[in-house]
Amino acid sequence: MHDHLLSLLIWLPIAAGIAVLLLGERNIVAGRWLALAASLVALALCVPLMRDFDTHTAAMQFIEKAAWIPRFQAYYALGVDGISMPLVVLTALMTIPVVIAGWQVIDKRPAQYYAAFLIMEGLMIGVFSATDALLFYFFWEAMLIPMFLIIGIWGGPRRVYATIKFFLYTFLGSVFMLAALIYMYVKAGNYSIASFQSLPLTLTEQRWIFAAFLLAFAVKVPMWPVHTWLPDAHVEAPTGGSVILAAIMLKMGGYGFLRFSLPIVPDACRELDGLMITLSLIAVIYIGFVALVQQDMKKLIAYSSIAHMGFVTLGAFLVYAIVRTTGITTGAGMGMDGAMVQMVSHGLISGALFLCVGVLYDRMHSRQIADYGGVVNTMPVFAGFMVLFALANTGLPGTSGFVGEFLVILASFKASFWYAALAAVTLILGAGYTLWLVKRVVFGPIANEHVAELHDINGREFLILGVLALAVLLLGVWPEPLLKVMEPSIQHLVSQAAATKIPV
Amino acid sequence: MPDPMMNLHSIAAAIPEIYLTAAICVVLLFEAFVGARRPGATGTLTLFALVIGAALTVVFADVAQPTVLFDGAYIADPLAYLLKLSGFLSVAVALLYSRSYLHNRDILKGEYYVLALSALLGIFVLISANSLLTVYLGVELLALSVYAMVAFDRESGVAAEAAMKYFVLGAIASGMLLYGMSIIYGLTGTLDLDGIAVALVAPHDLGVILGLTFIVVAVAFKLGAVPFHMWLPDVYEGAPTSVTLFIGTAPKIAYFALALRLLAHGLAGTSIDWTAMLTPLAVLTLVVGNAVAIAQSNLKRMLAYSTIANVGFILLGFVAGTPDGYAAALFYTLMYVLVALGSFGVIVLASRKGFEADRLEDYKGLYRRDPLLALAMAMLMFSTAGVPPFVGFWAKLRIFQALWETHHLWLVVIAAAMSVVGAFYYLRVVKLMYFDEPSETLPATEGTFGVRLALGLNAAAVLVLGILPAPLLALCSRVIH
Repeated sequence: MHDHLLSLLIWLPIAAGIAVLLLGERNIVAGRWLALAASLVALALCVPLMRDFDTHTAAMQFIEKAAWIPRFQAYYALGVDGISMPLVVLTALMTIPVVIAGWQVIDKRPAQYYAAFLIMEGLMIGVFSATDALLFYFFWEAMLIPMFLIIGIWGGPRRVYATIKFFLYTFLGSVFMLAALIYMYVKAGNYSIASFQSLPLTLTEQRWIFAAFLLAFAVKVPMWPVHTWLPDAHVEAPTGGSVILAAIMLKMGGYGFLRFSLPIVPDACRELDGLMITLSLIAVIYIGFVALVQQDMKKLIAYSSIAHMGFVTLGAFLVYAIVRTTGITTGAGMGMDGAMVQMVSHGLISGALFLCVGVLYDRMHSRQIADYGGVVNTMPVFAGFMVLFALANTGLPGTSGFVGEFLVILASFKASFWYAALAAVTLILGAGYTLWLVKRVVFGPIANEHVAELHDINGREFLILGVLALAVLLLGVWPEPLLKVMEPSIQHLVSQAAATKIPV
Repeated sequence: MPDPMMNLHSIAAAIPEIYLTAAICVVLLFEAFVGARRPGATGTLTLFALVIGAALTVVFADVAQPTVLFDGAYIADPLAYLLKLSGFLSVAVALLYSRSYLHNRDILKGEYYVLALSALLGIFVLISANSLLTVYLGVELLALSVYAMVAFDRESGVAAEAAMKYFVLGAIASGMLLYGMSIIYGLTGTLDLDGIAVALVAPHDLGVILGLTFIVVAVAFKLGAVPFHMWLPDVYEGAPTSVTLFIGTAPKIAYFALALRLLAHGLAGTSIDWTAMLTPLAVLTLVVGNAVAIAQSNLKRMLAYSTIANVGFILLGFVAGTPDGYAAALFYTLMYVLVALGSFGVIVLASRKGFEADRLEDYKGLYRRDPLLALAMAMLMFSTAGVPPFVGFWAKLRIFQALWETHHLWLVVIAAAMSVVGAFYYLRVVKLMYFDEPSETLPATEGTFGVRLALGLNAAAVLVLGILPAPLLALCSRVIH
């Protein structure tokens, strides 16, 4: 089974999605259970993936390779290393709350809803496990279609505007990445990501390729100033869509920087790391202020996501500044460690926060902060969860949010005091907007008669929030296993990023 | 030297044309004696004739080596085989989709099928042309049949106007083509494309450039490249949708062959000159086609501009000027035909008696009224936009590759930017079908089980070829090299 574990993880959800679609809206009860079963099986398949993962090597594991398009030397090639494996598991994990969260809530075309999310799951796992650039791009783009439909069909009032904006923004970014990938194919003669990583490129070529990658990945992360699609998409997306968008899709941008930009064009990255760090710090600080003034809960969390993803790009590109300051590559991977932990942790926390907003929205049909107040009085259990996730979002020690931010800030200290000082501002801002949100929504006296009529969360909601809370706490107090899985791959990545590829 | 003892065996390669000529006569006679009593029987007979033709092509025309027949005027090679097979299939599918449309408008007449078959014969002559004379013969046979088809609904004033425009502008294009050919003939003293290829090897000759200019303009006219595209939107919009479906598909194969045989083969020696002429044409075509398509409110007109935009991509394959570029253009053309068959087919099926579903708002909430039609259309639109896992992605990828291999950085950038602009109006169609509610009581869609099955298979082919494109990509490269 290990020979085809990744294929199973990709195609089983897709096959289940098509089956749900074929069962149709009339057999939605069966469809729902099938969707749940498929997402649980996908998570179960992650158990051997994690258990048999060799934490001593940076090489790709669980590799599969089959001829796909012999003419282009493009292969159906899959594999995971310490960077992609945690993200594969995260994807499988986060699909389950999405399926459960939609259980009684989605009454419009539910079969298509489940089908879209299951197909998305398969495609996203495909993105993280493809080791062939063409296959990567295939999954990367194909994923836009279900997300386009998810936002457009089940979204809020301005869903059409939001979804077309989302599609065109990401499509624009990706098309130029495709052009860069083809350029490297013409030079290298095949599409394997590994051969791109060892392909010598002049500085001019690297700058162009860097720009193409930046366009694709910066839109996905999203980085300031190409972030404007995200708040629109989040506000209009249904709860499940927001969860997948925040928890997984944004990670693809970060993953792209780690898998493509740093190892393929290291010299351009070294030259332009100041730009990346500046953009990241703007995202962290400026977007933090923007989050502070939001009136809509989802928008607030969306902006908070952008700020937190700023930490990911900051951590990833700190490596050059650290090498410049300290002169050695040892310890330069700390920023990347932080970036990776931050990605996993933000996946859990932002997903959970969007689920919390979803719980409130299902009852009140409003996301405006002003419509709430004193929720703790009527929904004490829910309030407990919401406060926990909010604190995790601010980076409270003991939660996963702390580990990632701490590592990145520590690494930025190594690079420059001012980076660290500016990055640390986010701790204050993050606490500001998150806790103020909690104060206005959860605490205080009961604001109106609608809040007074609220019922606390049911077993279904308790289950999903509880599991996510456990994961957040576990990762917060014991991040060691995750760090150990990543260690060899991050070391390898640091050596790739620190090397030069300019042909002599 | 042509073989004076041309025996039956060597003629076998020309079986598709010979068979088709015979089939036209049979269908014509059948219509005259039986057609009036049994409307629709001629259509069934034609479909059978096309299927048998495809089978005969597979048996006889699958030549391993290029075979030149009829004193060098005709060539049968693997490329011609692939194109003719695609021609048979696309005409068969187009006629299958249009049947109920024709019936509802009382234009289900046998002559329609005769015209379609003679257009197909023109396509075949063009595909196998190996001399300037054969090229012209094919161009005219195809064009004259198609003019008549556009005017087929004689009650319709718009259609008559479209036919008139098409005829006048088409005649100008034919004149240009003839004039260019006469100059080339005057310079080389031969009509034979092989002979011309041998004679014209030096680029930048003023006389050759003059002749070339007229030929390039004529090819651009036929393909619908900007600024010679004016006829295309009017004809697409004015013609009965079944005819739009016809002229939007199989003739594209023929005009691809026209460009390939004339420019890439006969005038290969001057490729520096004609790629320099095609480059601005291709860029203009891409930009104008995509930009103007956004402003359309009529779906047929929007797809007409989308055709123009796609022609821009096909031209880019020629601009690369390498066998790989031609293979990319061939793949793109075949994919375009497949997608155009489906998308115009959807318009045909969504129309009813007295109701042309050609405005964009007629597609609001199509998902509710007809899930299959909406799903097929959505897949076709995503495919044309170039989004994987659909086959349109590979078509664009192939063009990008050919351009990179020949170091056309700016063309790659423009083409990439234009595919994003294109995505917008394709997405708008999906948006109308899936996100909007039906605004008024629109009539139910058309189509018997068989037709709907064909449309479903058409859309499925776009997906399957998108996931496993390797065989077709390899085939396109093989027949060009």
